[in-house]
Amino acid sequence: MPARRAPSRRSRDSVRSLVDGLLAGDKRAAGKLISLIEDDEPEAMDVLARVHPHTGHAHIVGFTGPPGVGKSSLINRLVRAYRARGKKVGVVAVDPTSPYTGGAVLGDRIRMADTGVDPGVFIRSMATRGHAGGLALATFDAVRVLDALGMDLIFVETVGAGQSEVEIATRAHTTVVVEMPLTGDAVQTMKAGIMEIGDVYVVNKVDLGNEDVLVANLKFQLEPRDGWTPPVVRTAALEGRGIDELADVLEKHRAHLGSSGILLRRELARAKQEILENAQRLMAQRVQGLSRLGATFERLARQVADRRLDAHTAAQRLFDPAATRQRRS
Amino acid sequence: MAKKIRVLIAKPGLDGHDRGAKVVARALRDAGMEVIYTGLRQTPEDIVEAAIQEDVDAIGLSCLSGAHMTLFPEVVKLLKKRGAGDIVIAGGGIIPEEDVQRLKKAGIKEVFGPGTPLRDIVQFFETAAKGG
Repeated sequence: MPARRAPSRRSRDSVRSLVDGLLAGDKRAAGKLISLIEDDEPEAMDVLARVHPHTGHAHIVGFTGPPGVGKSSLINRLVRAYRARGKKVGVVAVDPTSPYTGGAVLGDRIRMADTGVDPGVFIRSMATRGHAGGLALATFDAVRVLDALGMDLIFVETVGAGQSEVEIATRAHTTVVVEMPLTGDAVQTMKAGIMEIGDVYVVNKVDLGNEDVLVANLKFQLEPRDGWTPPVVRTAALEGRGIDELADVLEKHRAHLGSSGILLRRELARAKQEILENAQRLMAQRVQGLSRLGATFERLARQVADRRLDAHTAAQRLFDPAATRQRRS
Repeated sequence: MAKKIRVLIAKPGLDGHDRGAKVVARALRDAGMEVIYTGLRQTPEDIVEAAIQEDVDAIGLSCLSGAHMTLFPEVVKLLKKRGAGDIVIAGGGIIPEEDVQRLKKAGIKEVFGPGTPLRDIVQFFETAAKGG
């Protein structure tokens, strides 16, 4: 593929030629398209509309679990295992944005340094940019871009902040929860949230020993759901132990999803959620537009500040000025 | 949402001294940028591939092994080959003055030696991201 001559300003890049490049396998185009979406540029909607018909091929696997448990190292090993099986692999790795400065240090790539240059691999680091839930707002739009780039598998790594980062489970086909030994007693495995969302559980760092208790506690808590009992896989990512077993389990889960019709059901549920989220975003933008309208907003604010109106009623009137007039007359 | 400045901080070559690179990464983070740090012992190919996939505005190269005259221009060359010549590159490390001029001729926009105030580096990347 010939090198594309990139214009110096991103805004001048034609969306169409970038998407053509993406579909032809151009990584530069893929990188730029993800940025357009992430920065919420005006072209982003056009990009997503053009990309969407070319998605649906990839198996999307999410990885979550506490920080430092070995998610990046595990993904690095899995990428290599799947490359050996002839699959192309994309990775979207999310790290936190500072709530104070808006800056971020994205370090997941360090663990994946030896796989980044493989032509069949694409790794993108992403900052949360204020989005809660362990992902960034644009994470799954980036996944779509990588899907259209022709990746067979896409691994999504959450920020791994803790026990309630469960958004990944509503988006990925397969959710992997990564734990390590010596991080808590049996009650930790009984807690709601992260312990309920896994399709596969990994006990990593078994080279440290003491993993039997955790494996037993996990197995005790895991129950069949949709005809699938989440297996517990033991790995030592740095040594490469248990990686092929994990890859086998992921493929088994993918096959299970396809054969049982769950995949279609999940795709539908995901589509519904995404439509609602986008509708909410549009609504939020409309509200911000309303607040900029001035006169009505200013008047309502004064009434709330003067205790003549409460903020809930004011919000309703912001949407329905007719109600405002009615009340005033 | 405003466009975020994305910078790749990379360590080409074989030296293991990345304190400087980490200090710069941290300063850029605190200035509100998204910094991708890729760790030690990267080849120019690793660095260019990461810059393209991460779609960064600029790259900061840190090298203390003395191999900067080989490694830095190689990164420039590979970026151009991939159609990414618009990505701005700065260098840092123990770099003699006569090399600085040659590096600038080879396409390294700026070279920061020991003792450079962090605000100069932050300012450089802010300007670079605006296409300046």
